[in-house]
Amino acid sequence: MNEITHSPVFGVLLSLIAYETGTYINQKSKLSIFNPLLIAIAIVIVFLTKLNISYESFNAGGQFISFFLYPATIALALPMYKRFSLFRENALPILTSVLCGNVCGMTFVILSSKLFGISDVLTRSLIPKSITTPIGIAVSQQLEGIQSVTVAAIILTGIIGSVLGPVLYRLFKMDDRVAFGIAIGASSHAIGTARAMELGEIEGAMSSLTMAVSGITTVFLAPVIWNAFVVFFH
Amino acid sequence: MKYLKQLMIILVTYVAGQVVQTVLHLPVPGSVIGLILLFLALRKGIIKVEMIEDVCEFLLSNMSFFFIPAGVGLITSFAALKGNWVGFLTILITSTAVVWIITASVIRLFRKGNSHE
Repeated sequence: MNEITHSPVFGVLLSLIAYETGTYINQKSKLSIFNPLLIAIAIVIVFLTKLNISYESFNAGGQFISFFLYPATIALALPMYKRFSLFRENALPILTSVLCGNVCGMTFVILSSKLFGISDVLTRSLIPKSITTPIGIAVSQQLEGIQSVTVAAIILTGIIGSVLGPVLYRLFKMDDRVAFGIAIGASSHAIGTARAMELGEIEGAMSSLTMAVSGITTVFLAPVIWNAFVVFFH
Repeated sequence: MKYLKQLMIILVTYVAGQVVQTVLHLPVPGSVIGLILLFLALRKGIIKVEMIEDVCEFLLSNMSFFFIPAGVGLITSFAALKGNWVGFLTILITSTAVVWIITASVIRLFRKGNSHE
Protein backbone atom coordinates (compact mmCIF):
# COMPACT_ATOMS: atom_id res chain seq x y z
CA MET A 1 0.00 0.00 0.00
CA ASN A 2 2.82 2.37 0.93
CA GLU A 3 4.41 1.93 -2.48
CA ILE A 4 1.21 3.07 -4.14
CA THR A 5 0.65 6.12 -1.94
CA HIS A 6 4.28 7.21 -2.16
CA SER A 7 4.25 7.29 -5.95
CA PRO A 8 3.74 10.76 -7.49
CA VAL A 9 0.91 9.30 -9.57
CA PHE A 10 -1.14 8.84 -6.38
CA GLY A 11 -1.35 12.55 -5.53
CA VAL A 12 -2.05 13.61 -9.10
CA LEU A 13 -4.70 10.96 -9.67
CA LEU A 14 -6.41 11.60 -6.32
CA SER A 15 -6.55 15.34 -7.15
CA LEU A 16 -7.97 14.65 -10.62
CA ILE A 17 -10.67 12.30 -9.31
CA ALA A 18 -11.55 14.72 -6.50
CA TYR A 19 -11.77 17.66 -8.90
CA GLU A 20 -13.89 15.78 -11.43
CA THR A 21 -16.23 14.77 -8.60
CA GLY A 22 -16.36 18.40 -7.44
CA THR A 23 -17.14 19.65 -10.94
CA TYR A 24 -19.85 17.01 -11.34
CA ILE A 25 -21.52 17.92 -8.04
CA ASN A 26 -21.25 21.63 -8.87
CA GLN A 27 -22.90 21.18 -12.28
CA LYS A 28 -25.64 18.90 -10.98
CA SER A 29 -26.52 21.10 -7.99
CA LYS A 30 -25.94 24.51 -9.68
CA LEU A 31 -25.22 25.93 -6.20
CA SER A 32 -22.19 28.18 -5.74
CA ILE A 33 -21.57 26.79 -2.22
CA PHE A 34 -20.64 23.52 -3.94
CA ASN A 35 -17.48 25.07 -5.35
CA PRO A 36 -15.47 22.43 -7.28
CA LEU A 37 -12.20 23.40 -5.59
CA LEU A 38 -13.77 23.35 -2.12
CA ILE A 39 -15.27 19.90 -2.72
CA ALA A 40 -12.00 18.58 -4.19
CA ILE A 41 -9.93 19.79 -1.21
CA ALA A 42 -12.47 18.35 1.25
CA ILE A 43 -12.45 14.97 -0.54
CA VAL A 44 -8.64 14.77 -0.53
CA ILE A 45 -8.34 15.85 3.13
CA VAL A 46 -10.96 13.31 4.27
CA PHE A 47 -9.35 10.58 2.15
CA LEU A 48 -5.85 11.24 3.53
CA THR A 49 -7.05 11.51 7.13
CA LYS A 50 -9.23 8.36 7.00
CA LEU A 51 -6.52 6.24 5.41
CA ASN A 52 -3.77 7.78 7.53
CA ILE A 53 -1.74 8.95 4.56
CA SER A 54 0.68 11.81 5.24
CA TYR A 55 0.56 15.15 3.44
CA GLU A 56 4.14 14.50 2.30
CA SER A 57 3.08 11.33 0.44
CA PHE A 58 0.25 13.18 -1.22
CA ASN A 59 2.50 16.09 -2.10
CA ALA A 60 4.97 13.81 -3.91
CA GLY A 61 2.43 14.13 -6.73
CA GLY A 62 0.82 17.35 -5.52
CA GLN A 63 3.96 19.37 -6.16
CA PHE A 64 3.65 18.64 -9.89
CA ILE A 65 0.22 20.24 -9.84
CA SER A 66 1.40 23.20 -7.71
CA PHE A 67 4.17 23.78 -10.23
CA PHE A 68 1.58 25.01 -12.73
CA LEU A 69 0.69 27.91 -10.45
CA TYR A 70 3.84 29.73 -11.60
CA PRO A 71 3.10 29.76 -15.33
CA ALA A 72 -0.63 30.19 -14.54
CA THR A 73 0.09 33.44 -12.68
CA ILE A 74 2.14 34.68 -15.64
CA ALA A 75 -0.62 33.62 -18.06
CA LEU A 76 -2.95 36.16 -16.42
CA ALA A 77 -1.08 38.78 -18.48
CA LEU A 78 -2.95 37.62 -21.59
CA PRO A 79 -6.51 38.56 -20.59
CA MET A 80 -5.11 41.77 -19.10
CA TYR A 81 -3.53 42.59 -22.45
CA LYS A 82 -6.66 41.69 -24.41
CA ARG A 83 -8.81 43.87 -22.17
CA PHE A 84 -6.34 46.69 -21.59
CA SER A 85 -8.74 49.38 -22.88
CA LEU A 86 -11.14 48.42 -20.06
CA PHE A 87 -8.37 49.03 -17.56
CA ARG A 88 -7.38 52.37 -19.08
CA GLU A 89 -10.98 53.54 -18.86
CA ASN A 90 -11.23 52.39 -15.25
CA ALA A 91 -7.75 53.01 -13.86
CA LEU A 92 -8.83 55.57 -11.26
CA PRO A 93 -11.90 53.63 -10.02
CA ILE A 94 -9.82 50.44 -9.78
CA LEU A 95 -7.01 52.07 -7.82
CA THR A 96 -9.34 53.97 -5.48
CA SER A 97 -11.60 51.01 -4.80
CA VAL A 98 -8.67 48.65 -4.30
CA LEU A 99 -6.99 51.01 -1.82
CA CYS A 100 -10.26 51.45 0.11
CA GLY A 101 -10.80 47.67 0.06
CA ASN A 102 -7.21 47.00 1.23
CA VAL A 103 -7.27 49.46 4.13
CA CYS A 104 -10.76 48.49 5.34
CA GLY A 105 -10.09 44.78 4.90
CA MET A 106 -6.81 44.72 6.83
CA THR A 107 -8.14 46.99 9.60
CA PHE A 108 -11.21 44.77 9.86
CA VAL A 109 -9.05 41.63 10.13
CA ILE A 110 -6.90 43.16 12.90
CA LEU A 111 -9.84 44.48 14.93
CA SER A 112 -11.93 41.32 14.63
CA SER A 113 -8.91 39.18 15.56
CA LYS A 114 -8.61 41.26 18.75
CA LEU A 115 -12.31 40.69 19.36
CA PHE A 116 -11.90 36.91 19.08
CA GLY A 117 -8.77 36.98 21.25
CA ILE A 118 -6.57 35.68 18.45
CA SER A 119 -2.83 36.00 19.12
CA ASP A 120 -0.74 38.69 17.39
CA VAL A 121 1.26 36.17 15.39
CA LEU A 122 -1.92 34.54 14.01
CA THR A 123 -3.36 38.00 13.28
CA ARG A 124 -0.27 38.96 11.30
CA SER A 125 -0.63 35.70 9.35
CA LEU A 126 -4.20 36.67 8.42
CA ILE A 127 -3.44 40.22 7.20
CA PRO A 128 -2.46 39.24 3.61
CA LYS A 129 -5.45 36.90 3.21
CA SER A 130 -7.07 38.73 0.29
CA ILE A 131 -4.10 38.67 -2.09
CA THR A 132 -2.64 36.00 -4.32
CA THR A 133 -0.60 33.22 -2.62
CA PRO A 134 2.93 34.09 -3.86
CA ILE A 135 2.63 37.76 -2.76
CA GLY A 136 0.74 36.79 0.40
CA ILE A 137 3.60 34.54 1.53
CA ALA A 138 6.06 37.38 0.97
CA VAL A 139 3.92 39.76 3.04
CA SER A 140 3.52 37.14 5.78
CA GLN A 141 7.32 36.77 5.93
CA GLN A 142 7.72 40.52 6.13
CA LEU A 143 5.22 40.68 9.03
CA GLU A 144 6.74 37.62 10.74
CA GLY A 145 3.53 35.59 10.51
CA ILE A 146 3.13 31.79 10.20
CA GLN A 147 3.33 30.95 6.51
CA SER A 148 1.25 27.77 6.48
CA VAL A 149 -1.57 29.65 8.25
CA THR A 150 -1.31 32.46 5.69
CA VAL A 151 -1.57 29.99 2.82
CA ALA A 152 -4.60 28.33 4.45
CA ALA A 153 -6.24 31.73 5.04
CA ILE A 154 -5.59 32.80 1.44
CA ILE A 155 -7.00 29.59 -0.05
CA LEU A 156 -10.09 29.67 2.18
CA THR A 157 -10.63 33.38 1.43
CA GLY A 158 -10.42 32.62 -2.29
CA ILE A 159 -13.04 29.90 -2.00
CA ILE A 160 -15.26 32.03 0.26
CA GLY A 161 -15.02 34.87 -2.28
CA SER A 162 -15.89 32.59 -5.20
CA VAL A 163 -18.97 31.43 -3.31
CA LEU A 164 -19.98 34.81 -1.80
CA GLY A 165 -19.19 36.98 -4.86
CA PRO A 166 -22.08 35.83 -7.06
CA VAL A 167 -24.44 35.83 -4.03
CA LEU A 168 -23.53 39.44 -3.09
CA TYR A 169 -23.83 40.45 -6.76
CA ARG A 170 -27.47 39.33 -6.79
CA LEU A 171 -28.13 40.65 -3.27
CA PHE A 172 -26.99 44.17 -4.20
CA LYS A 173 -28.89 43.93 -7.50
CA MET A 174 -25.79 44.84 -9.48
CA ASP A 175 -25.69 44.71 -13.25
CA ASP A 176 -22.09 45.55 -14.08
CA ARG A 177 -19.64 42.82 -15.12
CA VAL A 178 -16.66 45.17 -14.80
CA ALA A 179 -17.55 46.03 -11.18
CA PHE A 180 -18.10 42.35 -10.40
CA GLY A 181 -14.66 41.46 -11.76
CA ILE A 182 -12.97 44.21 -9.74
CA ALA A 183 -14.74 43.28 -6.50
CA ILE A 184 -13.99 39.57 -6.78
CA GLY A 185 -10.35 40.23 -7.75
CA ALA A 186 -9.83 42.57 -4.80
CA SER A 187 -11.49 40.29 -2.25
CA SER A 188 -10.49 36.82 -3.42
CA HIS A 189 -7.42 37.03 -5.69
CA ALA A 190 -6.52 34.18 -8.09
CA ILE A 191 -9.15 31.69 -6.91
CA GLY A 192 -11.82 34.37 -7.33
CA THR A 193 -10.24 35.17 -10.70
CA ALA A 194 -10.41 31.52 -11.73
CA ARG A 195 -14.13 31.59 -10.90
CA ALA A 196 -14.57 34.95 -12.69
CA MET A 197 -12.81 33.51 -15.74
CA GLU A 198 -15.44 30.76 -15.86
CA LEU A 199 -18.22 33.38 -15.78
CA GLY A 200 -16.84 35.49 -18.63
CA GLU A 201 -13.76 37.04 -20.20
CA ILE A 202 -14.52 40.61 -19.05
CA GLU A 203 -15.03 39.46 -15.44
CA GLY A 204 -11.84 37.39 -15.64
CA ALA A 205 -9.71 40.17 -17.13
CA MET A 206 -10.90 42.80 -14.62
CA SER A 207 -10.40 40.34 -11.78
CA SER A 208 -6.82 39.47 -12.77
CA LEU A 209 -5.92 43.14 -13.24
CA THR A 210 -7.35 44.02 -9.86
CA MET A 211 -5.66 41.06 -8.21
CA ALA A 212 -2.25 42.22 -9.48
CA VAL A 213 -2.88 45.84 -8.40
CA SER A 214 -4.20 44.76 -4.99
CA GLY A 215 -1.26 42.41 -4.42
CA ILE A 216 1.23 45.20 -5.02
CA THR A 217 -0.61 47.84 -2.94
CA THR A 218 -0.92 45.35 -0.06
CA VAL A 219 2.86 44.79 0.00
CA PHE A 220 3.30 48.45 0.85
CA LEU A 221 0.18 48.98 3.00
CA ALA A 222 0.31 45.89 5.24
CA PRO A 223 3.36 46.88 7.38
CA VAL A 224 2.06 50.46 7.71
CA ILE A 225 -1.37 49.34 8.93
CA TRP A 226 0.05 46.72 11.31
CA ASN A 227 2.54 49.18 12.82
CA ALA A 228 -0.17 51.82 13.20
CA PHE A 229 -2.22 49.25 15.08
CA VAL A 230 0.72 48.32 17.33
CA VAL A 231 1.32 52.02 18.16
CA PHE A 232 -2.37 52.64 18.98
CA PHE A 233 -3.10 49.52 21.04
CA HIS A 234 0.08 48.55 22.86
CA MET B 1 5.96 21.13 -30.28
CA LYS B 2 3.81 24.26 -30.42
CA TYR B 3 2.79 23.77 -26.79
CA LEU B 4 6.32 23.20 -25.53
CA LYS B 5 7.51 26.38 -27.22
CA GLN B 6 4.66 28.35 -25.69
CA LEU B 7 5.38 26.94 -22.24
CA MET B 8 9.03 27.83 -22.72
CA ILE B 9 8.20 31.47 -23.49
CA ILE B 10 6.00 31.68 -20.39
CA LEU B 11 8.68 30.14 -18.16
CA VAL B 12 11.36 32.44 -19.59
CA THR B 13 9.19 35.39 -18.46
CA TYR B 14 8.92 33.81 -15.01
CA VAL B 15 12.67 33.43 -14.64
CA ALA B 16 13.19 36.98 -15.96
CA GLY B 17 10.79 38.15 -13.23
CA GLN B 18 12.80 36.27 -10.60
CA VAL B 19 16.03 37.83 -11.86
CA VAL B 20 14.53 41.33 -11.69
CA GLN B 21 13.26 40.61 -8.17
CA THR B 22 16.63 39.34 -6.92
CA VAL B 23 18.69 42.09 -8.53
CA LEU B 24 16.45 44.95 -7.36
CA HIS B 25 15.54 43.36 -3.97
CA LEU B 26 11.82 43.92 -4.62
CA PRO B 27 9.25 42.71 -2.05
CA VAL B 28 7.00 41.60 -4.96
CA PRO B 29 7.42 37.91 -5.94
CA GLY B 30 8.98 36.86 -9.24
CA SER B 31 5.76 35.44 -10.69
CA VAL B 32 4.00 38.79 -10.36
CA ILE B 33 6.94 40.67 -11.89
CA GLY B 34 6.88 38.04 -14.66
CA LEU B 35 3.18 38.78 -15.19
CA ILE B 36 3.99 42.49 -15.56
CA LEU B 37 6.94 41.71 -17.89
CA LEU B 38 4.80 39.49 -20.13
CA PHE B 39 2.13 42.17 -20.21
CA LEU B 40 4.70 44.80 -21.26
CA ALA B 41 6.20 42.43 -23.87
CA LEU B 42 2.72 41.94 -25.35
CA ARG B 43 2.12 45.71 -25.38
CA LYS B 44 5.45 46.36 -27.09
CA GLY B 45 4.82 43.60 -29.63
CA ILE B 46 7.93 41.64 -28.56
CA ILE B 47 5.68 38.66 -27.83
CA LYS B 48 2.64 38.07 -30.05
CA VAL B 49 -0.64 36.67 -28.68
CA GLU B 50 -0.37 33.58 -30.95
CA MET B 51 3.00 32.74 -29.42
CA ILE B 52 1.47 31.92 -26.02
CA GLU B 53 -2.28 31.75 -26.49
CA ASP B 54 -2.96 27.98 -26.41
CA VAL B 55 -0.94 27.24 -23.29
CA CYS B 56 -2.31 30.35 -21.54
CA GLU B 57 -5.86 29.19 -22.31
CA PHE B 58 -5.07 25.76 -20.84
CA LEU B 59 -3.50 27.28 -17.70
CA LEU B 60 -6.26 29.83 -17.12
CA SER B 61 -9.22 27.54 -17.70
CA ASN B 62 -7.81 24.97 -15.26
CA MET B 63 -6.44 27.36 -12.66
CA SER B 64 -8.79 26.25 -9.84
CA PHE B 65 -7.43 22.72 -10.16
CA PHE B 66 -3.83 23.85 -9.61
CA PHE B 67 -4.77 25.13 -6.14
CA ILE B 68 -5.78 21.71 -4.79
CA PRO B 69 -2.41 20.71 -3.22
CA ALA B 70 -2.01 24.17 -1.61
CA GLY B 71 -5.53 23.84 -0.21
CA VAL B 72 -4.89 20.32 1.08
CA GLY B 73 -1.86 21.85 2.86
CA LEU B 74 -4.47 23.19 5.28
CA ILE B 75 -3.89 19.86 7.09
CA THR B 76 -0.47 21.11 8.18
CA SER B 77 -2.03 24.18 9.89
CA PHE B 78 -4.55 22.21 11.96
CA ALA B 79 -2.25 22.32 15.00
CA ALA B 80 -1.61 26.08 14.81
CA LEU B 81 -5.34 26.76 14.47
CA LYS B 82 -6.51 24.47 17.26
CA GLY B 83 -9.05 26.26 19.47
CA ASN B 84 -9.21 29.22 17.07
CA TRP B 85 -11.39 27.73 14.31
CA VAL B 86 -14.60 29.63 15.04
CA GLY B 87 -12.81 32.98 15.14
CA PHE B 88 -10.63 32.10 12.17
CA LEU B 89 -13.51 31.14 9.90
CA THR B 90 -15.77 33.99 11.09
CA ILE B 91 -13.02 36.52 10.37
CA LEU B 92 -12.32 35.03 6.93
CA ILE B 93 -15.97 35.06 5.89
CA THR B 94 -16.88 38.51 7.26
CA SER B 95 -13.70 40.24 6.08
CA THR B 96 -14.05 38.79 2.57
CA ALA B 97 -17.60 40.16 2.44
CA VAL B 98 -16.36 43.54 3.80
CA VAL B 99 -13.67 43.85 1.12
CA TRP B 100 -16.10 42.78 -1.62
CA ILE B 101 -18.83 45.22 -0.55
CA ILE B 102 -16.47 48.18 -0.03
CA THR B 103 -14.68 47.64 -3.35
CA ALA B 104 -17.95 47.19 -5.24
CA SER B 105 -19.53 50.26 -3.60
CA VAL B 106 -16.59 52.52 -4.48
CA ILE B 107 -16.60 51.37 -8.13
CA ARG B 108 -20.35 51.85 -8.23
CA LEU B 109 -19.93 55.47 -7.11
CA PHE B 110 -17.39 56.08 -9.87
CA ARG B 111 -19.33 54.39 -12.64
CA LYS B 112 -22.59 56.11 -11.69
CA GLY B 113 -20.78 59.49 -11.83
CA ASN B 114 -19.49 58.64 -15.29
CA SER B 115 -22.84 57.71 -16.73
CA HIS B 116 -24.19 61.22 -16.01
CA GLU B 117 -21.55 62.87 -18.17
